[in-house]
Amino acid sequence: MAARTKVAVAAAACVAIALGFAGVAQEKDDAAKGIEAYRQALKDGNPAELFEMAGEELWLKPAGPRNASLEKCDLGLGPGVVEGAYARLPRYFADTDRVQDLESRLLTCMETLQGIDTRAHVEARFGTPKKDELVALATYVAGMSKDRPVDVAASHPKERAMFELGRRMFFYQAGPHDFSCATCHAQEGRRIRMQDLPYIPAKEGAAAGWTSWPAYRVSAGQMWSMQWRINDCFRQQRFPEPVYASDMTVALSMFMAATANGSTMATPGIKR
Amino acid sequence: MANPMRIRAAAKDGITEVRVLMNHEMETGQRRDASGAVVPAWFIQEVSARLNDKDVMSAQWGPSIAKNPYFAFKIKGGKAGDTVSVTWVDNRGDTRTDNAKVT
Repeated sequence: MAARTKVAVAAAACVAIALGFAGVAQEKDDAAKGIEAYRQALKDGNPAELFEMAGEELWLKPAGPRNASLEKCDLGLGPGVVEGAYARLPRYFADTDRVQDLESRLLTCMETLQGIDTRAHVEARFGTPKKDELVALATYVAGMSKDRPVDVAASHPKERAMFELGRRMFFYQAGPHDFSCATCHAQEGRRIRMQDLPYIPAKEGAAAGWTSWPAYRVSAGQMWSMQWRINDCFRQQRFPEPVYASDMTVALSMFMAATANGSTMATPGIKR
Repeated sequence: MANPMRIRAAAKDGITEVRVLMNHEMETGQRRDASGAVVPAWFIQEVSARLNDKDVMSAQWGPSIAKNPYFAFKIKGGKAGDTVSVTWVDNRGDTRTDNAKVT
């Protein structure tokens, strides 16, 4: 073949390959755009609002042996202050001398204010009435922090310890697949089917995760709290099931929340 | 009465847009539970809306409508302060009516 033809053929091949790559990149963009359009369409009329309403009713309803409501529950900003409380959780509480997330704190309030033995609530499966109550309450409280800035600085020594524990857990490989949270959530630009996997060790990714749960999952028709989300992550990794609101789950929340510090709460969210 | 709906109505340029979020399981009657038994059909069959005293919308729904349905529609007319009332009736005869003021 003549040299010029060879060059022309090589050039054409290069262009074809480049177009081929551009074609693949274009496909990815289209998929991402399609997912984004679907998400925008879902945003109006989030069924999570129904759970916010249910949660508010539960907050105000007298219950338990003490026949008291949760209206005096201290979520960190003082008894009964719900607005903005979720944006500042998890945090250290002097009355229990430990770091607690929202759902752990709700259990505390149910015990101390209402006199309820919450073991049944802890052991109940997600999707059954006792857990539904906690999820509704969590959705209500989280919704009252919508558009607030995440203010979790992990300044108290116990908060710091929880943050470090959460970080270790995040990177800890275990289970039959040797997975860790990092396996899915510490790689940039990945997704599983229609879910973008946020890069959690950095602020932006941590915010994508932390500020959008509790969320309504359209495909399942279920409202999920962060505890449920963490529980399911453990299941997906084939880890042993974590105890509801246990220290490990609070530690992971602390890791995410503190890493997301300063971002804006978008709860309750809506997911595919 | 069944669980409350969430209704928002906003009037603009002579059109009132109503957005409703209904709380309902909307079982199709096609699903089976863990033991293999059919989960009985349970879904909203009729939806109607009124603007003040006037009927403005009626709909017949079937099992294909999603759980916790979101329903948006527009009414000609309406102004801030009017009352929009939405009612649904399901196949068990259960019903729910909620009102909202147009903003």
